[in-house]
Amino acid sequence: MQQTFPAEAATDMGNFVLRLYVAGQTPKCMRAFSNLKRICEQYLTNRYQIEMIDLLGNPALARGDQILAVPTLVRRMPEPVKKIIGDLSNTQRVLAGLDLSIEIA
Amino acid sequence: MQHTIPNDAISRALPKSPTGIQGLDEITNGGLPKGRATLVCGGAGSGKTLLATSFLINGAQHFGEPGVLVTFEENGDELAGDVASLGFDLPGLIEQGKLFIDYVRIDRSEIEETGEYDLEGLFVRLDHAIRSTGARRIVLDTIESLFSGLDNANILRAELRRLFRWLKDKGITAVITAERGEGTLTRQGLEEYVSDAVILLDHRVTEQVSTRRLRVVKYRGSHHGTNEYPFLIDRHGLSVLPVTSLGLTHHASTERLSSGVRELDGMLGGQGYFRGSTVLVSGTAGTGKTSLTAHFTDAACRRGERVLYFLFEESPLQLMRNMRSIGIDLKPWIDKGLLHFQAERPSNAGLESHLALMYQNVRDFKPSVTIVDALTNLLTVGTANDVRAMLMRVIDYLKVNEVTGFFTSLTPGKFESEETEAGVSSLMDTWIVLTIQEVDRQRRREIRVLKSRGMAHSNRVHEFELTDHGLRLLSDPGRGIRATGGG
Repeated sequence: MQQTFPAEAATDMGNFVLRLYVAGQTPKCMRAFSNLKRICEQYLTNRYQIEMIDLLGNPALARGDQILAVPTLVRRMPEPVKKIIGDLSNTQRVLAGLDLSIEIA
Repeated sequence: MQHTIPNDAISRALPKSPTGIQGLDEITNGGLPKGRATLVCGGAGSGKTLLATSFLINGAQHFGEPGVLVTFEENGDELAGDVASLGFDLPGLIEQGKLFIDYVRIDRSEIEETGEYDLEGLFVRLDHAIRSTGARRIVLDTIESLFSGLDNANILRAELRRLFRWLKDKGITAVITAERGEGTLTRQGLEEYVSDAVILLDHRVTEQVSTRRLRVVKYRGSHHGTNEYPFLIDRHGLSVLPVTSLGLTHHASTERLSSGVRELDGMLGGQGYFRGSTVLVSGTAGTGKTSLTAHFTDAACRRGERVLYFLFEESPLQLMRNMRSIGIDLKPWIDKGLLHFQAERPSNAGLESHLALMYQNVRDFKPSVTIVDALTNLLTVGTANDVRAMLMRVIDYLKVNEVTGFFTSLTPGKFESEETEAGVSSLMDTWIVLTIQEVDRQRRREIRVLKSRGMAHSNRVHEFELTDHGLRLLSDPGRGIRATGGG
């Protein structure tokens, strides 16, 4: 299962290419997705792309991004690559993890 | 933890997974507990990774059990190189699908933690690796690294507990390595989770002498050797030297070997030493111990037998030069590959390392005679008790392999002192003492057989000379022969 949100790919400079790794539709993973969606809508309107990867369907992909913890959010763009693990329930820390706190302040 | 249930009964009950590591399977009565986890702990550089990977590679190569190596170490890339230098073909095994390596890295600087998570990602990776190879063995080296990469120790502990249970449910034989902690077996207390078997590795350097030791701290449901066993890492990989508790069940040969001196053979019931027996030649400095040794060496090589000669005091060239002066030329035997000198300063290694080197050389060279010249040199690196314990192991090993052991011992001081060698001599089948007496302002060389188990031997002191044709007795060797089995 790979899904991309929003459908229109946003790959221009300054856009955020995010990957959310989950393992099945567990409450933790669903929570992480809705938290992420909410944060992106609020702080990155039209500047983001989320790709969700379910490791249960694509176990081999876990190696590439060095995924151990689930859920893990990977900021692939802009570089450098950043990772945020957990259900993304603390918005401030998610923003800090995405290097967005400064932009907002 | 010793159990009273008979050894055999337990061994049958508990399936084992052989490590293929020389000596370790002996100590553990067959290997690690099959389908369970074994914890291997020790300090940095103690050989944990090598033990674990050897277990894995041997499984894939020799026991038809594919394996997965999950390395959490930052320098995991160097692994293939390190292992390859020991003669393992890692890429080949990977290509054949018998081995799978997953490098797990956590870069703390790029990770932020927020909210709940679990380690399902790791489980997915392991499961994928295990399935794709049909793995029966897995190594996690060193999973404790997770503690420095992730903040939430509670989640980590719960997940590790789940992981070990999961591995057990899969029936996969696991080796988990861990750093030794202060006052605990492992830094993160992993022994609490992995409790089927625990192996402790130790690397000590005392007075610049390095010694590696291995101990099976725990082995649930199985009998195991509880001693500390020396082990060695060399070009053959890792090998453990068990104290062979062979008792006295080894085969006793009735075949006789000439001492190389006809008259001495005469003193030894007319035929010489028993094959596979142990011979001690003791005496003060300059009494002719090495000459007697050279005779025996020469005689063995003449029969086409291989002789391994451990030399602690002088160089092989010096020894050969000296022996040429009594008419013995050992050089041809070296050229023919029948004689091998292993010359080493005793202080270059600890006792255990000397022991290990002896095992290895005997194993590789497959001699029928092994000479240690002189045993007493080893006293500079260990106490008399240690040397005796070590010697016992050497002798056990030689006897099991029917190798004749020939040892020289330097008696300190001017006078013979039977007490000095007393500790060692009880391990010897034949004991020959050389002395120099001053009689009428002349030095008189004397030889006598103090004991020789299982044969009639001369109980007389015989005078001898060192001539340019070797050692010559000046009296009739047959005199004073008495039948004795004593020792």
